[in-house]
Order: sequence, then C-alpha cells, then structure tokens
Amino acid sequence: MLPQVLFQNRKPRRIATMEEYCRSGGYRVLEDIARGKYSPADICRIVGEAGLRGRGGAGFPAATKWMSVPVDGAYPRYLAANADEMEPGTFKDRMLIHVDPHTLIEGMIIAGYAISASKAFFFIRPSYDSSAMILERELERARQAGYLGDNILGSDYSFDIILHRSGGRYICGEATALLNALMGKRPNPMKPPPYPTVKGLWNRPTVVNNVETLANLPHILRNGPEWYKGLARTKTGAGTKLFCISGKVNRPGCVELPIGTPLREILEEHAGGMRAGSEFKACLPGGASTRYLTKDLLDVEMDFDSLSAVGHRLGTAAITVFDQKTCLVGVTLNLLQFFARESCGWCTPCREGLPYIRDLLWRIENGEGREEYIPMLRQMSRDVWNAYCALAPGAASPVESLLTFFEDEVREHIRLKKCPFSRPR
Amino acid sequence: MENEIITLTVNGKSVQGRKGQTVLEVCRANGIHVPTLCYHPKMPPYGGCRLCIVEIQNMRGLPPSCTTPATDGMEVTTHTDRLMRVRKTVLELLLAYGDHNCLLCEQTGNCELQDLVYEHGIEKVRFKGEFKPHPKDDSNTMIVRDQNKCVLCGRCVRACLEVQVNGVIDVAARGSDSYITTFNHQSLKDSTCVFCGECVASCPTGALTYKQARFRGRPWELKKVATTCTYCGVGCQLELNVKDNKVVKVTSDHEIPGPNQGSLCVKGRFGNDFIDHPDRLTTPLIKENGEFRQASWEEALDRIAGRFESIRKESGPDALAFFSSARCTNEENYLLNKFARAVIGTNNIDHCARLCHASTVAGLATSFGSGAMTNSIDDLKNSDVILVTGSNTTEMHPVIGSTIKRAVKSGRCKLIVVDSRKIDLVDHAEIWLRQKPGTDVAWLNGMMHVIIKEELYDKKYVDERTEGFEELKKAVAAYTPEKVEEISGIPKDDLIAAARLYASAPAASIAYAMGITQHINGTDAVKSVANLAMLCGNIGIEGGGVNPLRGQNNVQGACDMGCLPNVFPAYQSVTIPDVREKFAKAWGVDSLPGNVGLTIVETIDAAGKGKVKALYVMGENPMVSDPDLHHVEEGLKSLDFLVVQDIFLTETAQLADVVLPAACFAEKEGTFTNTERRVQRVRKAVDPPGKALPDWQAIAALASRMGYEMNYPDAEAIFKEICAVTPSYAGMDYQRLDAGGLQWPCPTKEHPGTKYLHKDKFVRGKGLFHAIEWIPPAEPVDDQYPFLLTTGRVLYQYHTGTMTRRSVGLNERYSECLVEINTEDAARLNIKDLDRVKLVTRRGQMEAKARVGEMTEEGTIFVPFHFSEAAANKLTLAALDPQAKIPEYKVCAVRVEKVA
Ligand SMILES: Cc1cc2nc3c(=O)[nH]c(=O)nc-3n(C[C@H](O)[C@H](O)[C@H](O)COP(=O)(O)O)c2cc1C
Ligand code: SF4
Ligand code: SF4
Ligand code: SF4
Ligand code: SF4
Ligand code: FES
Repeated sequence: MLPQVLFQNRKPRRIATMEEYCRSGGYRVLEDIARGKYSPADICRIVGEAGLRGRGGAGFPAATKWMSVPVDGAYPRYLAANADEMEPGTFKDRMLIHVDPHTLIEGMIIAGYAISASKAFFFIRPSYDSSAMILERELERARQAGYLGDNILGSDYSFDIILHRSGGRYICGEATALLNALMGKRPNPMKPPPYPTVKGLWNRPTVVNNVETLANLPHILRNGPEWYKGLARTKTGAGTKLFCISGKVNRPGCVELPIGTPLREILEEHAGGMRAGSEFKACLPGGASTRYLTKDLLDVEMDFDSLSAVGHRLGTAAITVFDQKTCLVGVTLNLLQFFARESCGWCTPCREGLPYIRDLLWRIENGEGREEYIPMLRQMSRDVWNAYCALAPGAASPVESLLTFFEDEVREHIRLKKCPFSRPR
Repeated sequence: MENEIITLTVNGKSVQGRKGQTVLEVCRANGIHVPTLCYHPKMPPYGGCRLCIVEIQNMRGLPPSCTTPATDGMEVTTHTDRLMRVRKTVLELLLAYGDHNCLLCEQTGNCELQDLVYEHGIEKVRFKGEFKPHPKDDSNTMIVRDQNKCVLCGRCVRACLEVQVNGVIDVAARGSDSYITTFNHQSLKDSTCVFCGECVASCPTGALTYKQARFRGRPWELKKVATTCTYCGVGCQLELNVKDNKVVKVTSDHEIPGPNQGSLCVKGRFGNDFIDHPDRLTTPLIKENGEFRQASWEEALDRIAGRFESIRKESGPDALAFFSSARCTNEENYLLNKFARAVIGTNNIDHCARLCHASTVAGLATSFGSGAMTNSIDDLKNSDVILVTGSNTTEMHPVIGSTIKRAVKSGRCKLIVVDSRKIDLVDHAEIWLRQKPGTDVAWLNGMMHVIIKEELYDKKYVDERTEGFEELKKAVAAYTPEKVEEISGIPKDDLIAAARLYASAPAASIAYAMGITQHINGTDAVKSVANLAMLCGNIGIEGGGVNPLRGQNNVQGACDMGCLPNVFPAYQSVTIPDVREKFAKAWGVDSLPGNVGLTIVETIDAAGKGKVKALYVMGENPMVSDPDLHHVEEGLKSLDFLVVQDIFLTETAQLADVVLPAACFAEKEGTFTNTERRVQRVRKAVDPPGKALPDWQAIAALASRMGYEMNYPDAEAIFKEICAVTPSYAGMDYQRLDAGGLQWPCPTKEHPGTKYLHKDKFVRGKGLFHAIEWIPPAEPVDDQYPFLLTTGRVLYQYHTGTMTRRSVGLNERYSECLVEINTEDAARLNIKDLDRVKLVTRRGQMEAKARVGEMTEEGTIFVPFHFSEAAANKLTLAALDPQAKIPEYKVCAVRVEKVA
C-alpha cells in the first residue's frame, strides 16, 4: 500500500472527526509546542530540513518564506491559509477539508507559531460553502478543546483562526490580491517590495500559504524531516502530493501519491488508464496555467524539479487529460475565456492581451482564422509575460504550448475554415 | 539612509541617484527618457501600463522601472529591440480595445498615448478587438468622462484617493470590462465629487476633459500663463490657457513651485469664467439723477478729484475713508495706502481683514510678536498631530484640506477636529470635539488645564522661551474638564483624550480660521490658541505652529501693505514719530497723520453720523460682507460721495456716485501674498475688457490729478518701492519671485525666505502667555430667539459671490443659499429638506431653503453669507471684539419659522 499521510484518515463518504484525528496522532505536535518542546525557530528549521515546498502552485520553500519575516518585525502578525482554489481542474484543497479538517487546523496553528502570529484567516472560495461550514464547525470544536484561542493548552501562546469567504474571483487566490481582499479592498495584486512577510495585512508581517502546504506540517513534526524526505520518489523531492486527475481517464479523482511518481504510472495505475476508445494526446500537468505536455514526456517524474527540467511546471498537480478526439484549439479558447474574464484589469498586457488572444482563437475555432494570426498569437503569448502578476504568464502557457506542439492542428482550422473536430450537424 | 548616493549604469553611462528612488526616478533625474503612461510623479507607483519596462542585468524578465527600486551597481538598459517590441505590443493592445480617434478628440496634441504611439512608430493596428462602447458622462458642466478613451492607467483614481484624498472614483468590474466609476455608479454630478479636477489634470488621454473648453482651442493654440489663483489664501499656482484674448480653461502643473504642487480646487480650476462675463464693467459710470451713465476716465477722475478736494477742504482729511481690498495686488494695496496717507492725509484705511482675521493679527502679535501664520502649508506633512478648529478646511482652503488629509493618510499624523459642525475633516479625525459656538476659550483652557495638571507640557521650553506661565496656570486652574463640559458640551473624557494626544506629539500644528476669530472675544481665543501651542513647545519648530488660514487671496498682503488704520507697511505704527518721518521722506511729503484711523465698522458708523463724508471702495462689497447690513446701507447712503472701483456692478457699486471699471487678476501684473506669507507673482494673460484699468493705474491717475505725481511705468516699479520701505520684503524682486515665490521675512537678496517663524527666539523676544477668562457670546439665545446662528462659507462660492455666482460650474453645484438645520430641530418645526424657512433676528430677517441634516448640532443654524438675496448679514450682529474690532459673525440668536 502507498503511504497515505494527508489522507490517512480518509473515510468513504465521511469526514474524519476530531477524535479520529487525535487518535491518529493529531494535536500531539501542538501539545509538544504547548509544553515548550519547540521554539518557533525549531519549527522553521525542521520544516526547512524536510524540504517542504509550497503546494499553491509556485513551489516556494515554506520555511524560507517564514524566515523572511523580520526578527524585529511588528506585531500582531498574521497567517493566511489560501483555499481560494479556482485553478481549473484543481480540487485538492476541498478534498482535504472534507477528508480531515483538523490536520489543516493543526497545521495552521503550527505555522502561526513558527512566525509568532496571533491571528489567521482561512480564505475560502465562496462556492465551497459546504466546506466552509465544515470548517466553521470544526474550528469551534478545536476552540472548545483548547487548541485555539487564548493560551492554547495552558501555554502563553494565543492564536485564533477566522474563516473568510472570498468574493469568488480567480485573482483573489494570488497571494497579494488575497491580502487586499482580506483588507476589504479591491483585490488587485501588489508588487513587492515590500514583501507580505515584511508588510502584509495592515502593514504587519503576513505569511500566505496554501492549505495543502499547511496540512503537511503536523506530519513533518510528528515523524521528522528524514521520514518526510524519504516519502518522495525523487532525490530532490520531499513528501507526498495530492494529484487531481480529470479528463478522458477511467477513474478521475484526487489521490495522494509520493512526489515524483511518474506521470504514466499515475494515469495508468491510479486513474485506471485511458477510457475505451481514447488515446492520450496531451495533458495539462499542473492546472490550467501550465503548458500542454505531450506523449513523449509520459515518463516524467511528477516533481517540481523534474518537470521544470523538461520545460514544464508541477503547478497545482491537477492533471487534465485530453484524447485524440479533443480539439485543443477549443480547449485553449475555453481556458482563455476563463483567464480573460478573471484578469483583474490592473495591467495592460493581461487586461487587453488575454482578450486579444481569446478573440483570435475564437476566430480560428469558428472558421474565421487567417494565417497571419499564428505569428500574432505566438508573439502575444510571449509578450503577455510583461504583466504585473503571474496570472497572465500562466494564461499564456496553454496558448504558447498549443502553438509549439500543435501548430498543425491550428493551421488545419485555418485551412478548412472550420474546426476539424466538429461533428457535422 | 534616504540620502545615500548610489551609482548605476544606464545605457552604458554611469549615473547617480539616491537610495529609495526607483529606477525610473533615477533615469528621469538624469535626463534619460523612459516611456511611461501610468506613472505620475505625485502618486505612488502603479506598475500597470507596462511601458516603462527596462532590462536590468541579473534580473529576470522586463522589470518596470517605475516600481523597481534602484540599487547601487545596477546595470540598466532602457532601449533594446526587445523592449521596443514589447512596448509596441502594449500600445497596440491599448488601441485594439478602445476608441482612439484623435480627429474627434479634444486632447489631440496633448495626449500621452498619442505621443507614445508616435514615438514607437506604430503605423497600423493589426487587430481590432470586441469593444463595447461605454456611455459618456457629461452630466455636469465641468468635466466630461469618455471612458472609451480610457487606458485604465489608474491615475485619476490615485489623484482622487491619494492626492486629494476624496476617494470618489475607483475601478469597477474586471479584466477588459474594467471601467472607472463612482460609488454606486452615479454620474459625477450626483456623486461625492467636489470637482477639484485633479483627475482631469492627471489623465494622460482624452478620457477626462474640460467641458467648457471644448472646441475653443487646440492645445498648441493655447498660450499658458502661470499665475496665482484669485480666490482663497492658499495661493495656488495655476495656468490660464488663453486663445484670442480669452481664458479658455485653467490647468495646473505640479512642476510649478508653489504651495499646491499642481493641485487646485473647484474655484481655481473651474471658477474663472467670470473673467469674460458680459456683466464686466467696461467703462467708468457716473450717477446722475439716480441713474448711471457712461463716462470717460477723464471725466470720472476729474469728478472724484474735485469732490475729494472740496470735502477735504471743508471737513478735513478724516472726512474721507478708504476700503482697500484683499482681492487686489500688493502693489495696488500699497498704492491705496500711500494715496490715503500721503495724498489725502488720513489713516482712515481698512479692509476686510478686519472682518476675518483682525483678531489674529492683534492676538498673535501680542503673544509672539508677529500676526501671521507661523509655519508653512507644506510643513503640515511634518506634523505628528494637527489640530483644526473653526476651519472647514476642505471647503474654505481646499488644497490645505487635502494636504491635511494626505498627512493623516500617510499614517504619520493624527488629526483632532474641534468644530461645532460635522465637517468633512471629521471623517479623517482621530478625535472630534463638538463645542457649542462661542465656547472656544473654555475648551482651550480646559485642554491646558489637563496638560498642566498631568504635567504633559514642555517644561524646558516654557522656562526658556516664554513668560507669564504662572498667570496662565492660575487662570486655567478653574477650567476642569467637568466645568468645560458644562460650558461647551464637550464630553470631559474626549477633552482629556484630545489634550493628551496634542501634548504627546513631538510636533503639533494648530490650524484655525474664522470659527476662532469672528467673536467678541476673538482676540482672546487667538491668544488661547497661542497659549496652548507654546505650552507644548510647538512654536518655532518644523511641523508645529499656530496657523491661521487667511481667507482671501491677498488678505495677508493687504495687511502687510499697511491697509490698516494703525500701521504703515510691515506693521510699522503710525503713532511712532520716527516711522512717520521715514515714510514722509520716502513718499516726499512734509508730514503724515499720526492719529489712528477708523476701522471698517467704525467708518460705517461714522458715515451714518455724517463724520465720514466720502468713501473710496476698491474691490470690496460691504453691502453683502459686513455685519448688520441695514446699518451698512444706512451708512453708505448717508455719504456725500461714494466711489467704487470694481470688476462688476456689485451691490455696493450700485450705491456709488462714481464707478470705476477695474481689471481682474488675469488682466494685470503684480503680486499676492498667501496665507503662509509667500509672495507670489500675478501675471497678465488677457487684456481688460473695454476701458477697464488695473486698480493701481486708476489710483496713480487720481493721485496725479490731485497734484501728487505717481509715475510708475509698471507694477514692478511699485513693487521695488514696496521692498524699499517694507523690511520683511526687502530681499525680494520679481525675478526672485518668478522662481516660486518667497516667504517673508526675506530681508536681503541672499535670504531664502522663512519657512517658519520664531525659530530659537520669538519675534517679540519671549513668547507671552495670557491669562484669559471665557466670556459668553454677546447675544445668548432666549425664548424669542431660541437658536444659535452661525455663518460661514461653502466650497463652491466665494465671499460675496461677485465672481463665483457668475461661474457656470460653481453655480451648478451650489447656486442658492441653503440654511442648515439639524434633523431633530427640523422635525420639531415640521420643516422638510428644501422647505422655505424664514430666519429672524433682532436686526432683520431673511428667507431661504432649508437643508436638513446632521451637519449642524441641535439648536444651531448655519447660513452661508455669499448670497445677497438671502443675505446672512442682515441677521448678524455688529458686536465688536474690543481689541481687534472684529464683529461677532459666528454667533447670534435667531428664530426659525417655516414659510407657508
Ligand atoms: C492568478 C493566481 C491565482 C492563484 N490562486 C491560488 C489559489 O487559489 N490557492 C493557492 O493556494 N494559491 C494560489 N496562487 C498562488 C499564490 O499566489 C501563492 O503563491 C500561494 O498561495 C502561496 O502558498 P504556498 O507557498 O504554500 O504554495 C495563485 C496565484 C496566481 C497568480
Ligand atoms: S496580470 Fe495584471 S491584469 Fe492580470 S491579474 Fe495580474 S495584475 Fe491583474
Ligand atoms: S474632480 Fe476631484 S473629487 Fe471629483 S473625481 Fe476628480 S479628483 Fe475626485
Ligand atoms: S480616465 Fe484617464 S486617468 Fe483615469 S484611468 Fe482612464 S486614462 Fe487613466
Ligand atoms: S484652494 Fe484656494 S488658491 Fe487654491 S485653487 Fe482653490 S481657491 Fe484657488
Ligand atoms: S509607468 Fe511603469 S508600469 Fe506604467
């Protein structure tokens, strides 16, 4: 059996209770903290040694981020758990909440302690209302049990978590836009410096972490950094990863696998292989903001470094699989409709560049394409990198890779003056 | 740290900058052009347009120079093929989504987008996207917003929020649907916009334009003349845009040095259409048989000279009196002072400073030795606490109001507001004390009581730099917070909190205006303000001070120029023989009168009694501005001879025997001195209408007719004479003023001017504390007159409305008198918003519409005084402060009746 860490308490059709979480070793680390076993610096060191990288998409080392909070930084300090999760194809954060909410709650308390925060915000996508309600209930239980609130477990550490429903915009998940949203402002990203860890919420040091990143913390501290590193199948990797698999496979879903599990193995063994009649054409390996990955790379190990070595990104590890019958121009158009709509509008390349790409793709897909659109698209998908935040470069990834790997398919649309995949009506 | 010099390489050239600057700022300072669109030097960087991108060694991608901090050793390249291509893409995108037809655009030739497109050699737009046109907002008469030309650079939003701190507009929707709108998507007209036009000034494209300037001149046809605003005492620098001898619009430029850094208010920006109003006086008028007829200058001046001669011969020089004007230039005021004293031989000269800040001049002169604003406008940003009292700053001195709001927004400064009305600044205040009108001395004493009792005052400063502390201590001992609460209605805990906050600040500034001065004990209140500031060591330091905000554009200058009955220029007393001798010599006369002359209110009284027979009024309108108007009218009507020199046939001019047409500020050269003692140039942009002449030319011609030669080739020659006899102006000349004005004292040509007074030493030596007791207002409320009436101004009107009421935009905003009444009171009297009400006092009555709301407290009525048909000053009391002779405009008892 594969090691199940985050999902160790996964029950069919049921949420693990706080008691079940405790029985599995939950809140043990918190008790140790209350007893004075770890200083905040100890936590940072251990998590650093474990090599935990952020699960929100960028893969930034968690401990490094925490340690960039200045030693003499102001108080109060804040933690924000990012559960905005609007990346198309991604639903791991929601799974986590529905599987074992207390691993998240304990993770947040540990991270809060590591940066000496007194308050945390759980920033959740509004359409996840059922998840939000679970959290509200479980947070209250944790409070009753003395895990949250003033003087946690009799220690002098006080910390509480406030649940905040997001406004429901993709950009709200971007860390700095998230902070603006929490402060009641228009959720535009903010360019560092200053970094949020120096001046974040209300100008106080603030750390933003993805929910999955935080859920790893109790396990790392319980079992040690060596154990954690050992979970991965690659040398540079560490821990396990929640993979969300969707598309033309037999068993779509969310599974926890060691970091570095080869893509082919994930698809064939854990997603039940391609559906009957479907043949693998390409996939988006890490959410909609990553490049199309083609057949020749099926053996790549799904880890941050191994993917970037071949020009791809692990992103959120949400794998969407397309078969030979799927029109990738149509898929890309669909994605760009999403991204163009979700652009916050702050910077020109994204605000006007994404609609530009969208409109060109729309013409191609609808038989109005022209040859000259191909170089225009190619140029634009490069030039939107000149954007204020990472949304636009992410949005450009499927377009750029479409033109790189499937230029013929695009040209075919233009030549036929229609989509070659469309069934005659 | 901040001033640490760093060295960068830009395009292979080594350049220097300061730590803390951005790459763009370093480039600009070194004359290296980097294209920008969303950047504006007055605002925090935005980083949105992505045109200012550069390449920086060891940095990934194309960082925007406007948000990237410059660091030592950085290697920057501003122009490469790649950069040009990516910039071109940005521009192409802006053209793809938007409606940029320069042929149909007012901004053609003055548009940053147009320039950028040209600079980047864009020949065609390869692709035009789906573009949903937005409706234009041209619901008002001043600003047009055409969203279809908007490039979403966010400059207007930041202008409104960060510069003016009004926060009226923001970006709505997202992505390429984004657009700029107001709260709840109201049109600008119905929004909270105050029409300062900062947004228009900052817009790089034709998305925001001046409505009234449309089709009246292309940018390249307009000649810009930089000058000083003619309205309030802030003295904003603005540019009159002229075509065909007409002022087409008013723009501003943050690069013109001055108190406003390119910011203006609605009056300065949109209130100048009075200049070529058809009502302007264009020829002298002589009244015959109760009717005016046109006359030549020859005839009019002969008539005046003749009447003046005969009245002087019959009744002596003191039968003549002069009202000079805070609206006119220093040169003109100086000349009228010289005319009254040297030509006629009387000290009967005064002006409306009497009505607003005479108590300031009297009070601060005894406390500190100088009656002017101690610190500077720009210095407010260095204050840790600002206490504003008796000043609705955002309406009366809007640009100072914004300076204060910016200081508060920066997070460094806390604001205390003490005002009986819920003014705009209250929203920005840490503490708001709402006192009953006329109780200022009480709460000021109360604050000092707390500060002394809790030993929060600056003992060292008090010991070393002041005198009279023991007397002060004794006087304020009785003003316990409990007692003050009884008198003023200010909750005692709030008073204590405010006292602590004020005393805790390393540098605290007090700004006040007529709410403090226009009382029978106005001078006492001013001295109390001075006491408080000295007690905490706040005089003579950066960021501190007692800052009376002077109302009119040149009220400071008119005072400086000696248009007061007791002093020559620079406050040199007429009662001192040596001074008289000095001026007699300078002016080439044998002697000058040594008896103190009459103030404005005294002149009116004397006229009523037949003691003053002739009055010369230069640019004032006592028929609306002075207290107790019935009495004023009687006085003026009893005169034998009244001369009024003005730009319009004002209520006062209508009573005149001779009316002289004057040039307005846009039609003449000269100087104004603003509230912070800054002498600034006034420059001619257009010719005066018809035969109108600058006031100084009229005075000089009259003097010559009366046998005293005044031969000045131009205003500059007068200014040279001013500097020769006015020690605080001695170091000034027009060339020096051209570089941004000078703050007096400026005694020598090398002196840089004085940012704040009383550094190290008070002008009078030691600062003097005064022990002051509170006295109740002259006319308490009673059963018959149960409300307190207080008067004041509104943002969109100015003084007696002579100019502002002829401005289209201003009248769109506020065109008739509205009587403010509290909701509760209104309910009791069954008065609804906009119902007509009658106000009755012991002196008179007036009717106007009611404005029901929370601006005023229960029991208090507020009336703006700008409107002659609803003249608040028919109601007011001419009770005078015994020291400064200022009338108590701010409180009297009134009855309110609903008009059926
Ligand atoms: C447009 C955009 C949307 C994002 N949405 C999310 C999100 O929904 N959840 C998330 O955890 N991170 C999201 N991120 C990444 C965050 O900016 C940030 O890197 C992350 O929350 C940091 O957490 P980690 O270090 O634990 O990964 C988004 C980034 C961008 C540019
Ligand atoms: S790239 Fe620019 S417009 Fe797009 S979401 Fe980020 S900041 Fe907003
Ligand atoms: S005119 Fe002034 S108040 Fe109105 S929107 Fe523009 S900046 Fe804001
Ligand atoms: S209206 Fe003008 S200043 Fe405002 S965002 Fe648009 S282009 Fe920029
Ligand atoms: S603030 Fe005063 S000086 Fe400035 S523009 Fe307005 S009226 Fe003129
Ligand atoms: S000027 Fe720097 S991004 Fe616009």
